[in-house]
Amino acid sequence: MATLNMVQAIRATLEREMERDERIILLGQDIGRNGGMFRATDGLQERFGEARVVDMPLAEGVIVGSAVGLACSGLRPIPELQFLGFGSQAFHQIEGQVARMRFRSQSRYPMPIVIRAPFGGNVRTPELHSDAHEAKYANSPGLKVVTPASAHDAKGLLTEAIRGEDPVLFCEPLRGYRLIKDAVPDEDYTLPFGRLRIARPGSDVTLVAWSAAVVVAEQAAELAEQEGISCQVVDLRTLVPLDVEGLAKAVSATGRAVVVHEAPLTAGFGAEVVATIVEHAFSALSAPVLRVTAPDAPYPFSSLERAYLPSAERSLGAIRRVMGAA
Amino acid sequence: MSILTTSTGGPTPVRILAPDGSVPDGYRPPLPDSELLAAYRLMLMSRRVDERAFNLQRQGRLGVFSPVNGQEASVIGSAFALDPTRDWVVPQYRELPAMLRQGYTLERFLLYCMGDPEGNRMPDGVNLLPIQISLAAQIPHAVGLAWGLRHQGRDSVVCVYFGDGASSEGDFHEACNLAGVRRAPVIFFLQNNRWAISTPVSKQTGADSFATRATGYGFPGELVDGNDFFAVHEATLLAVARARAGEGPTLIESRTYRMGPHNTADDPTRYVDPEELEAYRALDPVARVRSFLLEAELLSEELEHRMRAEIEEELAAAVAAAEARGAGRPEQIFDHVYADPPPRLLDQRDAITGEAQ
Repeated sequence: MATLNMVQAIRATLEREMERDERIILLGQDIGRNGGMFRATDGLQERFGEARVVDMPLAEGVIVGSAVGLACSGLRPIPELQFLGFGSQAFHQIEGQVARMRFRSQSRYPMPIVIRAPFGGNVRTPELHSDAHEAKYANSPGLKVVTPASAHDAKGLLTEAIRGEDPVLFCEPLRGYRLIKDAVPDEDYTLPFGRLRIARPGSDVTLVAWSAAVVVAEQAAELAEQEGISCQVVDLRTLVPLDVEGLAKAVSATGRAVVVHEAPLTAGFGAEVVATIVEHAFSALSAPVLRVTAPDAPYPFSSLERAYLPSAERSLGAIRRVMGAA
Repeated sequence: MSILTTSTGGPTPVRILAPDGSVPDGYRPPLPDSELLAAYRLMLMSRRVDERAFNLQRQGRLGVFSPVNGQEASVIGSAFALDPTRDWVVPQYRELPAMLRQGYTLERFLLYCMGDPEGNRMPDGVNLLPIQISLAAQIPHAVGLAWGLRHQGRDSVVCVYFGDGASSEGDFHEACNLAGVRRAPVIFFLQNNRWAISTPVSKQTGADSFATRATGYGFPGELVDGNDFFAVHEATLLAVARARAGEGPTLIESRTYRMGPHNTADDPTRYVDPEELEAYRALDPVARVRSFLLEAELLSEELEHRMRAEIEEELAAAVAAAEARGAGRPEQIFDHVYADPPPRLLDQRDAITGEAQ
């Protein structure tokens, strides 16, 4: 058992899986000699060679599109999008090709592809680097969307993604790469998709979050605790598949829920979470379900991002409201 | 000079087989006689499928269908340069004869046109990707496939089909660029049939040839008369040899003409100049091969008659088999979406298939 930050856990998992399965091949920009923009592939090209850790031309569409063909040839590609915001330039290949090829070919061509992508804000990047685009991928049938919030989960969920037969968008929280650190077992393990994690127990309000927003929810729970409000924090871990049962159960236990996410409000994945809560736990609710999100404005330039992103303070406001205190 | 070589100006396409079926003195086709006849038979089959599928569509027995009419030499001449046991075809949707050559079946194709997903399931062991509707999206797949096969030590070549319209998509550029970098064993087979539905090639590019684009990617480009079976075939053979030898990709511009509509929903009389169409009819790729084969005494009226009768039988059997399958079942919506489907999707399946019963 070692304490690792998230990027270390991801790097170690890639290394372990590449040792185990020689069909795995990594593709991306600056992932080879440079070891990745955030060092997620540090030293892997040295270890496994240029044929398996491939520096690609600057073109997201063909990084993902060629992964489809590599998978058709029997390999198991792991393409990296340097930032999920640039995934829009590969969206037609992800939504129209990766996600549908199994259906289109009636399982002749499964797509065991894991698309890794850092996302989310608060690290003062230039425009378009910080967007939380998970909802549009969650609305792309055939794809799974995985959003770990701890180093431990990043290892278990990435191992599960790599060993599975379905295509996965693996969203890695940019600001958590180094900030999030926790105990990671040395041995191999997988975490099943579609099982949420109770990140913090509590009895008054359920805060639902994923990825870096789990940290925000935990901070909000701390603040609420000082006011005598006990918050449970739920980390969804995977958006597709969604743990419908676990979510209904967690919310039913408190009767109040607040969803916290980094993406803009309208048609964000929070809308799916709220609808699911209403469908499956309506009778247990004693207050409307609220959302704490980014506003429906483009992700701003970096001096404005603290005001833009959901914060512990804004989340506390929502907690007070569902408690009828404000 | 024919309209094929003069209408856009610029480089002259390579031609071997003249519109009257003659070839240069001493030219010997690189195919054995049996293969030449097989290619001609496939051309006849393709024409007959075009007619029959159109009628079936008009009778409401088939969905949307895109005929090959006019592009037979282009599709079949290239496909016959591949070895179906090791080489791959990555199709768009107007390359049925190339798919049949690889081992796809007419019955499956009809199923596909009837809207049954099973029709797009390529048989095991057949080196073929499924039909692609999102134009140009298949081109990066072909590069990845070629690269992946080479990575695993195989000597396969991948031939990807697309058109003048699809060449305007970013995927074409990204794929060619990557193939050049990786020297992937892939043939970019661009069928310039002059039309992207109603948009003429003059509105697709400001250049006088697509083949010259290859230079910018660091590999050779060839321009051939796409209505000339031999010119297409020879150019593809060269590209296969190059790819097999590890010398990387080739772009082939096969300059042909779509003599039919874009598909069963299209009315080309709204935009095609009838005189232009007539001019191309005089360059019919199937008639050219027929004249050559008759002249060479490889084909007789009697043999052709027999071929047509066989084709009729095969086609009738395929239509009967496809129609016998009946309409799709609602379960098929869900059957191949995931290897490990989310529970939510299984609930949706139960709800929809329950209602259907």
